[in-house]
Amino acid sequence: MSLITDPTKETKVAEKGQSSSRAGERILMCGNEALAEAAIIAGLDAYFGYPITPQNEITAYMSKRMPEEGRVFVQSESELAAINMVFGASATGKRAMTSSSSPGISLMQEGLSYLAGAELPAVVVNVMRGGPGLGNIAPSQGDYFQATRGGGHGDYRTITLAPSSVQELVDCMPLAFDLADQYRMTVLVLADGILGQMMEPVTLNKKPRRKLPDKDWALTGADGRDQNIIRSLWLGEGVLEQLNYKLQDKYKKVQEKEVLCEQHEVDDAEIVVVAYGIAARIVRHAVDRARKEGIKAGWIRPITLWPFPTEQIGRAADDFKVFLTVEMSCGQMVDDVKLAIAGKVPVLFFGRAGGGVPTVDEVLEKIRQLTIPAKK
Amino acid sequence: MKTVFERTPTLKDCVTHYCPGCGHGIAHRLIAETIDELSIRGRTIGIAPVGCAVLAYDYLDVDMVEVAHGRAPAVATGMKRTNPDKIIFSYQGDGDLASIGAAEILHAAHRGEQITVVFINNAVYGMTGGQMAPTTVLGQTTATTQQGRKAIGQGYPLQVCELLAVLPGTIYIERCALSNPAQVRKAKKAIKHAFELQLNGVEGLSLVEVLSPCPTYWRMTPAKAMEWLENEMTKVFPLGRLKDVTPDAGHEI
Repeated sequence: MSLITDPTKETKVAEKGQSSSRAGERILMCGNEALAEAAIIAGLDAYFGYPITPQNEITAYMSKRMPEEGRVFVQSESELAAINMVFGASATGKRAMTSSSSPGISLMQEGLSYLAGAELPAVVVNVMRGGPGLGNIAPSQGDYFQATRGGGHGDYRTITLAPSSVQELVDCMPLAFDLADQYRMTVLVLADGILGQMMEPVTLNKKPRRKLPDKDWALTGADGRDQNIIRSLWLGEGVLEQLNYKLQDKYKKVQEKEVLCEQHEVDDAEIVVVAYGIAARIVRHAVDRARKEGIKAGWIRPITLWPFPTEQIGRAADDFKVFLTVEMSCGQMVDDVKLAIAGKVPVLFFGRAGGGVPTVDEVLEKIRQLTIPAKK
Repeated sequence: MKTVFERTPTLKDCVTHYCPGCGHGIAHRLIAETIDELSIRGRTIGIAPVGCAVLAYDYLDVDMVEVAHGRAPAVATGMKRTNPDKIIFSYQGDGDLASIGAAEILHAAHRGEQITVVFINNAVYGMTGGQMAPTTVLGQTTATTQQGRKAIGQGYPLQVCELLAVLPGTIYIERCALSNPAQVRKAKKAIKHAFELQLNGVEGLSLVEVLSPCPTYWRMTPAKAMEWLENEMTKVFPLGRLKDVTPDAGHEI
């Protein structure tokens, strides 16, 4: 299931100039390959990437499929180069993306800051693995802070999408490109080692796109017009300050219009479990079992981590609830949940880090501990 | 009255921020003249570095982007691969290209990216206040080599042209100097040839290194800086064409 798209409204015909033969097919794919094909269907012009586990299937798939489509694939010499290749292609108005996993995304932070300053669209997929440092190659959600706080230097944000199934991974790719183009921002797709590696049946949708503004700012050669300049350096007195306020206005619009969030049986719940991505699927099973035991439990799943569903979570908090945040980290999103709830009710945390994945039993036990057992 | 010389249209008519005696203004003019002579303003995209020339777009009237320190060859790769019909050039200083961006230039050259690089070597970091550059010559005093650069511990001056010329991905590598009018004319020919190679679709990277004076951080008068450039700097960085896959292109050194 997916909140982002309606699979029944898919259009099977590929757009002119896009020979993506797989649009509309129902096939079994691993997350990494599925998101790659979805990006191609979404009109990706150029992919740049550097190998890192657990997202190597994306690079390999793109190396084969992009040339087949007459589009650009470059294996870069580093993640620094990859994000700057994205910067270059994007500056000319093309749809460009890169993908990596946690250590590689750290290397891209410089580029992400420059993309934000220059207001260039970009899509970056992070198939998160355990950290800090080289960490391991097991699934993790340890990059939440980095993703939702900007990550690089300066006052900026990146839209962060957190799919929880392979289908949703597929569905969030066209959305990511549209959001990037609409707001001239980087959109991060925050997956993890499980989502990237696991195989699920998916429908590769070819959906109508948003109506997007012309890229009249793009560098196309100043043929019969004044030069276009793309820059992030503003030395004039107060100019950079004004640019920052302009960025903040844009971010505010994104916060008002682009929040995505799913919730289930929250109204009567005594305990609400908040989780995103693959952790949310574990939580869903734990909550279902809790309900069967008579515990009034519900869940909320942020799909956009930035903008965060602050209002939705805040509204759900009343005097009779406790909140439990479950993450594959030592507790990062829990800070945003606490900000949303603003001290109204207790917010507790359960998580496992460094590649550890919470089990359904562990989450269920935590739910039991925090609630009064149902009377027999 | 007969006009014998005038500002080329792609060079903007504006006040310069460069120091007296700086070479960037000359190098900008050579690029602007090349673009106008080849009639490619409408299909050219330039990349400005981090350094004194970060504001190159204030002088060159073409589509331009300013990028992170050293990353211009990666940005150029993204641009050229998605826009093979456009003429892509980067303009980079010695700190930008030979230090922080050493990996990017090496690998763009290694991949044979069809781009043109104008590499300004003035043996010092200008914008940050005259620190040692990878191309600072031995014995040269800078803000961070106050007793003069020593090979042991501070390294030898990095010879970029010699490094890149051995890579099969490069098609044209030449080192020029802005030390006198004759050398400036040679630099112009080299820059124009590099652009022409890209325009003619010759696969591979072309780079013109331009030895350029920095009187401010060499602590010299502009005239003295020109002398030092000609007499001292060229000893470490010999002038000439190191590589040209099209030797019969009509270009004379």
